[in-house]
Amino acid sequence: MADKFALIVESGTTDKLMAASILTAGAAAMGKDVTVFLTFGGLLAFKKGYEQAPMVMPNEFKGMEDVLAQSMKAKNIPHWMKNFQDAKEVGNVHIYACSATLDMFDLKKDDLEPIVEDVVGVAYFIKEAEGAQTLFI
Amino acid sequence: MLSPVTIAKEIDARGSFCPGPLMELIRTVRSAAVGDVIAVLSSDPGSVKDIPAWVAKANHELVALEDVGGDAKRFIVRKTH
Repeated sequence: MADKFALIVESGTTDKLMAASILTAGAAAMGKDVTVFLTFGGLLAFKKGYEQAPMVMPNEFKGMEDVLAQSMKAKNIPHWMKNFQDAKEVGNVHIYACSATLDMFDLKKDDLEPIVEDVVGVAYFIKEAEGAQTLFI
Repeated sequence: MLSPVTIAKEIDARGSFCPGPLMELIRTVRSAAVGDVIAVLSSDPGSVKDIPAWVAKANHELVALEDVGGDAKRFIVRKTH
């Protein structure tokens, strides 16, 4: 059984960030070494000020943002960032930003939440993800 | 006859969303002493599978799993190492 879990988070929509965050927390809880590679929308979601960012839903859930936000509040569903923070606290989790995406959007590492550990290229991620269960979200 | 178990700490994670109850349990087990028995209350239906899976993977001991009314369960775990 692989003891490594790797995620490429490309989507910045709230549904997929939630899924990615819960998977990260679960994998960390189960003792996997987790590597998360943030690119495109997934990276932009980790910009500082994420708390104020509105919920973003893909087409199939368009128009449901308010209902979902209310449901999440009523059911005590934590912000997806909290799951990533919890994952880091209980396990060995590394969250990296894709250097090409940062460059494309003219961002610096300082523009990102401190939970993002480093800025790396794809080759570094591939090396870290060697032998890991890997998902693209 | 079963000897009574003394629970060192009980966490009420009812209403906490998946994987919240498990994360709470892990934190508490980490800070507990070896041999301590910890109880966690959860109303997350996933916990019934998740918590025993974690306990087995982490090599601790699931002492009991009890119904506590409503949809909630009480997981009693001994820290073994």
